[in-house]
Amino acid sequence: MFYREAGIYKTSYAADQALFRIPLDRIFVISVVLFAALVIPVIGNEYWLGSILIPTLIMAIATIGLNILLGYCGQLSLGTGAFMAAGAFLGYKIATAFPWMPIWAVVILGGLSAALIGVAFGLPSLRIKGFYLAVTTLAAQFFLLWLFQKVPWFVNYSIAGVPTAPPREMFGYLVTGAEATVEARYLFILAFTVVLALIAANLVRGRIGRTWMAIRDMDIAAELIGIKPLPTKLSAFAVSSFYCGVAGVLWSFCYINTVEATAFDIFRSFSVLFMVIIGGLGSILGCFLGAFFIFLLPIFLNSAPGWVGLEVPTELISHLEFMVFGALIVFFLIVEPHGLARLWAITKEKLRLWPFPY
Amino acid sequence: MAAVQGFEPETVSDEAELPDREVGEVVLKLENIELGFGGVKAINDVSFEVRKGEIRAIIGPNGAGKSSMLNCINGFYKPQKGTITFAGKTMSAMDPHFAASNGIARTFQNIALFRGMSTLDNLMTGRVLKMNRGFFWQALRWGPAQREEIEHRAFVETVIDFLEIQSIRRTPVGRLPYGLQKRVELGRALAMQPSILLLDEPMAGMNVEEKQDMSRFILDVNEEFGTTIVLIEHDMGVVMDISDRVVVLDYGRKIADGTPDEVRRNQNVIDAYLGVPHED
Repeated sequence: MFYREAGIYKTSYAADQALFRIPLDRIFVISVVLFAALVIPVIGNEYWLGSILIPTLIMAIATIGLNILLGYCGQLSLGTGAFMAAGAFLGYKIATAFPWMPIWAVVILGGLSAALIGVAFGLPSLRIKGFYLAVTTLAAQFFLLWLFQKVPWFVNYSIAGVPTAPPREMFGYLVTGAEATVEARYLFILAFTVVLALIAANLVRGRIGRTWMAIRDMDIAAELIGIKPLPTKLSAFAVSSFYCGVAGVLWSFCYINTVEATAFDIFRSFSVLFMVIIGGLGSILGCFLGAFFIFLLPIFLNSAPGWVGLEVPTELISHLEFMVFGALIVFFLIVEPHGLARLWAITKEKLRLWPFPY
Repeated sequence: MAAVQGFEPETVSDEAELPDREVGEVVLKLENIELGFGGVKAINDVSFEVRKGEIRAIIGPNGAGKSSMLNCINGFYKPQKGTITFAGKTMSAMDPHFAASNGIARTFQNIALFRGMSTLDNLMTGRVLKMNRGFFWQALRWGPAQREEIEHRAFVETVIDFLEIQSIRRTPVGRLPYGLQKRVELGRALAMQPSILLLDEPMAGMNVEEKQDMSRFILDVNEEFGTTIVLIEHDMGVVMDISDRVVVLDYGRKIADGTPDEVRRNQNVIDAYLGVPHED
């Protein structure tokens, strides 16, 4: 009846190591995914699907990417936007060079190209730590964006410099470009989000995830256990950049429908970083919570005065939105520095004992 | 090779039947090790060897170079002079990965656990070198990767049982009290199935009861699994009770080497610990 672990007995290590150790968790997540896949496309309108859910899910993928690097492996990166741009531009090159290639393969190859670039920019991480590493990843942010803007080869010498995303089909439905229906694009993105989140959850609870966390928590002890720091850090950079790259391809192909560098500027990197911190470092669930929080809160703040019947001038609202948003982030970080995922974990711990205090 | 010291019953009985533990072959040999940091000589021309299955203690006053010695053994420090012979290889400095993959595990003076991870994950991390399923299997966590996880989990559970830490399996180690953290750290080292276990002050900061527990674990590890133990400890009672042979360092030099009784009577050791009387 209640959400608790008592009475759930594991008889094998396989059951004890399952992704969701409590049946209710599994049922909940599966029903959320089914709801998102079957019900939301039917009840959702153009605005909710196209302007809220699609960007939120794509940003959740990028957030998982940064969380793997920062939350699990402890390497601070401010180059998220650049790695997204790498995915978008190289995905565009691949899609136009091989028009016959299925779109899912284009997205994955775009991610893999971003992963290669991420590894290259991850190389300094062996010697540089913390803020200094963040500064070297800033170099990636500025250099890559400059490169994509200045070299016309990346946009196939398009005159305007901002090519539109190539329309591609999957199962007979257009899923990319401006002509694709919002439902098709949403389902395409949802599929990627679910699969990538599952893979990330598997990676972080297996051997690779443990080597990342070991490097994060105590790199000296990790090295003396036999974990090689460089391959471990680079694998985190590769996986992280892969996720960012996939998010970048999807952002360009399915959301803004153009391939342009300005969509992946430093503010994009920062907003992903905020999502990781607000959602919770080292938590896959937190990536989704963070992405939804950052995306939905401004919309809520925008429309909340209207709901209670307050007439507020629009300029004032947009300024208020920034102030309240900033204040809420500070408030959340003071109340729970480990993010929304930690709040959720505490709630679960309380529920475990409820109604007894301890 | 001595790398695979197991929890298998055969090994246990083999070790138990050894008539005299002193006669084990030399598994680790350090010769003329010199290590300096700038102008400070931390270790000056120290040689000693470790025999299979013994408990070898390194003692000495603060700053004598004991921890530096352990750091040389598992490759964290590279000595400027001297050689280390281990696993059939003589080298001028140990490589941490070589040391770990050939069965040298250690604990640290200041606990160096992975604080954000649970006890179970800390111990599973000790198995990292023995797990080799590739990236894609792990991403799917299916088939071979799943079987591998279960197999190593089963081993880690034997360590958890041995150390009696079942109840804190899923607790993040950062939340555990100090004594338990030390125990988990020993567990992480044991999960590596080491042939040589380096313990850097395993009993520092513990009360008498915790020290007794820890001593019991160390003796059990040594007797049941035949693990060779190199130990740094300041509690002389413990050192003299549990170790087979003792090396004494002072100001980076070796001043004595022998059984606890020999060391206890050695005039140099007494001088180092108690000071030399002035003759006025």
